[in-house]
Amino acid sequence: MHVTSPVREPLIQGGKTYADVTEDICRHVEGKPTKEWKIAFGISLLVLAYGTCCLAWTWWEGLGVWGLNKTVGWAWDITNFVWWVGIGHAGTLISAILLLFRQKWRTSINRAAEAMTIFAVICAASFILMHMGRPWMAYWALPLPNAFGSLWVNFNSPLVWDVFAISTYFSVSLVFWYIGLIPDLATIRDRATSKVSRFMYGTFAMGWDGSAKTWSRYEYISLILAGLSTPLVLSVHTIVSMDFATSVIPGWHTTIFPPYFVAGAIFSGFAMVQNLMLITRVVYKLEDYITLEHIETMNKVITLTGSVVGVAYITEFFIAWYSGVEYESYAFINRATGPYWWAYWAMMTCNVISPQLFWSRKLRRSITFTFFISVIVNIGMWFERFVIIVTSLHRDYIPSSWAMFSPTRYDIGDYIFSFGLFFTLFLLFSKYLPVVNMAEVKAVIRSTSANLPKKIAGVAKVRQREAAAPLFNKDIE
Amino acid sequence: MAELSGKYLVGVYDDDDTVLHAVPRLRKAGVKIQEVYSPFPIHGMDDALGHPRTRIGIAAFMFGVTGCCVALTLMIWTMGIDWPMIVGGKDSISLPNYIPITFELTVLFTAFGMVTTFFISNGLSPAAHKHERFDVRATDNKFVMAINLGRNSMSEDEISRALRDSGAEEVNIKQF
Repeated sequence: MHVTSPVREPLIQGGKTYADVTEDICRHVEGKPTKEWKIAFGISLLVLAYGTCCLAWTWWEGLGVWGLNKTVGWAWDITNFVWWVGIGHAGTLISAILLLFRQKWRTSINRAAEAMTIFAVICAASFILMHMGRPWMAYWALPLPNAFGSLWVNFNSPLVWDVFAISTYFSVSLVFWYIGLIPDLATIRDRATSKVSRFMYGTFAMGWDGSAKTWSRYEYISLILAGLSTPLVLSVHTIVSMDFATSVIPGWHTTIFPPYFVAGAIFSGFAMVQNLMLITRVVYKLEDYITLEHIETMNKVITLTGSVVGVAYITEFFIAWYSGVEYESYAFINRATGPYWWAYWAMMTCNVISPQLFWSRKLRRSITFTFFISVIVNIGMWFERFVIIVTSLHRDYIPSSWAMFSPTRYDIGDYIFSFGLFFTLFLLFSKYLPVVNMAEVKAVIRSTSANLPKKIAGVAKVRQREAAAPLFNKDIE
Repeated sequence: MAELSGKYLVGVYDDDDTVLHAVPRLRKAGVKIQEVYSPFPIHGMDDALGHPRTRIGIAAFMFGVTGCCVALTLMIWTMGIDWPMIVGGKDSISLPNYIPITFELTVLFTAFGMVTTFFISNGLSPAAHKHERFDVRATDNKFVMAINLGRNSMSEDEISRALRDSGAEEVNIKQF
């Protein structure tokens, strides 16, 4: 009843049995932290500590420590916010949209990509708190009764929509991720030998037993959650883009923004997934699970979304001229030829030209090249937001108030903070939770594995070799 | 999973196809199967076992409607009645502007309501981790069928033989 299509390459290679999957993925959770992990974690903590100091000073002293001036009132803070939110979008695309499209290749990468989403949204939210200047007043953005202030929040404002969008997105993504984790946590619980880990994983696995009834409800709610997350993820970046598009600043006041932002978000998100997964698959020896096929498919998504972004840039430019609005035209000419020309052309090169190189099959199957382009794409997407925000603001209607923006060490330090936070969280995730969704991989292994063993069942290969001693909680390497 | 009691025969299979084919065969032979446990969802298993279709979707829809109503009530009441505000010369109640938040709250209520229903209907809770299970390998690579002897009229030997015939590699007895 299971048929393997001979046209496609198998998703999971190496003729894995079900037990192999458990063994391969649980190995790093059950083993002691490796030296490489400890070094990486140490560096992340140091970066986070430095960033926290910068952030503490930003809040203690006030936003005056940033390089903002009365013309450029938003700069790195909102650039970083949009950049991180955008990165988060790939995780939801992989776990929700690809689930609706029945793309089975998502099973190897969805867990890590969703974790990336959650951590990226945390980083994005930290910039929202930062740019408020007085984070202890953040609850003012919530619709609380009048006793807390003189008025209700203005529900007509996209900034308030954003509060709802980001917090809904974060909490729904977290729930979706956790639901997917429960069966795998149960697997780890049932293998655990130490009391502490059995208790911890057991508590979070919530008594999962894998009964047919539970699985059928699980699949049902996964489908609905995917159906909810799909419009949700599109709405989030749409609303982020409306923060700009509903204003009357030339260069921001554009109806093309929602689809353009969503495409850009997926573009940069996939680049970040590539960066993380290319490292993870080598460190945890997951080459059989995250294959060249996966990398190539993601590169195709990068090329597609990169092309959408490229078309959007050109359309924007054309419409600025075609509209006949003097100020709009000037904003765009100023972007390309004004004092920030380098940012504009960095954006154009990184986002429009570089993904087109993936039309070559050889390049899109090259791991080094993929990693390189992914970094380039993320740099380009950061510049895109910088170009949209700073170059639209720095020359406003009165030439006497024209100004330039230059970042101070606190602008940079607060950006570094978000990297420290992101990598600290990601490293903790990759050590203490299974980076690949074992249950979902086991479910697709049969229909997609080429060198299907006669029996998928059986003892794990590692186990056969050392059948005598149990391997749990021992560093196998 | 609720607390179990009674005497059970536990058939352990090592392949999802085998167990999926075994279920209708055993049911035809008159064996009442309580439940099948597997490391991943087996499509068609709940139909084979005769489990009714889950109604969690109805719950999800109701939660969604609640979220939608809460959002609209909140915004219309605060912006239009409690403290009317005219922004940009528009009506103080301007529905198009309320769409994004209505959508977000609908999704939020649906997701959280549905997941809470899921936890409750499956008896999943942080305190449930002490519950006994038939075979811990059911979360790794084995497919475990539980048969409550108290609810079956057939004898233990007969069921045991039927299980073996249907491809079970082990048949264990579990007493709670």
